[in-house]
Amino acid sequence: MSEPLLQAVNLQCERDDRILFRDLSVSILPGTLTRVEGPNGSGKTTLLRILAGLNDSYSGDMLWRGRPRHTYREEFLRNMLYLGHRPGIKPLLTPMENLRTLMAGRRYVTDKVLWQALEGTGLGGFQNVPSRNLSAGQQRRVALARLLVADEPLWILDEIFTAIDIHGVAALERLLVERVASGGAIVVTTHHDFNLPSMHRVTLGGRHDHGL
Amino acid sequence: MTMASETKLPVRTSEESVSALSAMKAVFSRDLKTAFRQPQDLLNPLLFFVMVVTLFPLGVSPEVSFLREAGSGILWVAALLSVLLSLDHLYRHDFDDGTLEQLVLQPQPLFLLVLAKSLAHWVLTGLPLVMLAPVLGVMVHLEGNSVAILCLTLLIGTPVLSLIGSIGAALTLGLRSAGVLLSLLIIPLYIPVLIFGTGTVMAASESAPVGGQLALMGAFLVLALTLAPFASAAALRISLSNS
Repeated sequence: MSEPLLQAVNLQCERDDRILFRDLSVSILPGTLTRVEGPNGSGKTTLLRILAGLNDSYSGDMLWRGRPRHTYREEFLRNMLYLGHRPGIKPLLTPMENLRTLMAGRRYVTDKVLWQALEGTGLGGFQNVPSRNLSAGQQRRVALARLLVADEPLWILDEIFTAIDIHGVAALERLLVERVASGGAIVVTTHHDFNLPSMHRVTLGGRHDHGL
Repeated sequence: MTMASETKLPVRTSEESVSALSAMKAVFSRDLKTAFRQPQDLLNPLLFFVMVVTLFPLGVSPEVSFLREAGSGILWVAALLSVLLSLDHLYRHDFDDGTLEQLVLQPQPLFLLVLAKSLAHWVLTGLPLVMLAPVLGVMVHLEGNSVAILCLTLLIGTPVLSLIGSIGAALTLGLRSAGVLLSLLIIPLYIPVLIFGTGTVMAASESAPVGGQLALMGAFLVLALTLAPFASAAALRISLSNS
């Protein structure tokens, strides 16, 4: 078994005087997909933001390759890609400009590769249209184009199937499966029915599951 | 969506990422680009600056003696308030569209990226004020020498306003009524800059030496350049943590 990339040990998080989870331990190994499950408000996004290092209001330990994450912050951030609810797309910039600035802080990628990545997410012909003229689904596709050029071994993806059409969802599922097969580690939350034979599950807020 | 399947995804060392300088350049040029695509946001503080300065002679007194005495103060207060007016935009849009999250998750030190954003803010608000100041200075009957010193103090002072303002903007990011709190937090920190800024111009108009006061303003700038980005970066982390 290979060494875990990211580990959360005895994680506890409180929000608005309510304990979202306690004694939660998660190990994220290369070549695995972990799905975080739970009803609305159970803390899925909070957990993902803690894993991504955006939320510091927790107790417990976060380990990056077995070492305390905060001391290896730069290395951790270089190897982790986070896509959240908000797509990180500037409405005033074109998809090309958006993708270029998002990649500018990570590694050098030629415009040709970025252009093809946008074509690959079904945005061919929209590369130079201001993003505010695109639909919500198309804007999310701009963010998803990053996945096609990403070299980060760890992906943390919050609700990535939101606003994506059926064909896009199928393609995205294929991409995630291929990624896991080639050794990537992925953490997702989704309400979309998504199953992989070897999927790890983390279930939050089980006790409050009343249904509708 | 298709992807050439790679056989291995090695963990990269932090040295394998883009240098901090080119990441800063990317942040800086993105901020300029987005600002120029929405010029009304750029013109708003400038218009405010011009209007406040032109309303004073109309509202108080058009006497040359009054304007010559109060002119530097009027210009400085107007510049300070118009910078304050533009501060809320510094991180707000980035926060709303999610680019701020991605900025914080870049592997480069966050304080450098924040510094790039503060500099972009100064280029977009402070610098145009400095360039307009000579015209308005002449309008309020300041003498040539005073106008030159006024511009110099604004040139040194407005970056301090942007840098300190960035701390307040970052701290109040997650709040609903950020505007009031932002002013309350930031104005006390602006007061020393204002006092020395107007004091220097006053001294110049009385032909007193201004070297010492300019040096002190320079010290403010150095202090703000070195410390404010750290405070802003920490404040951004806190604001994002609670959102």
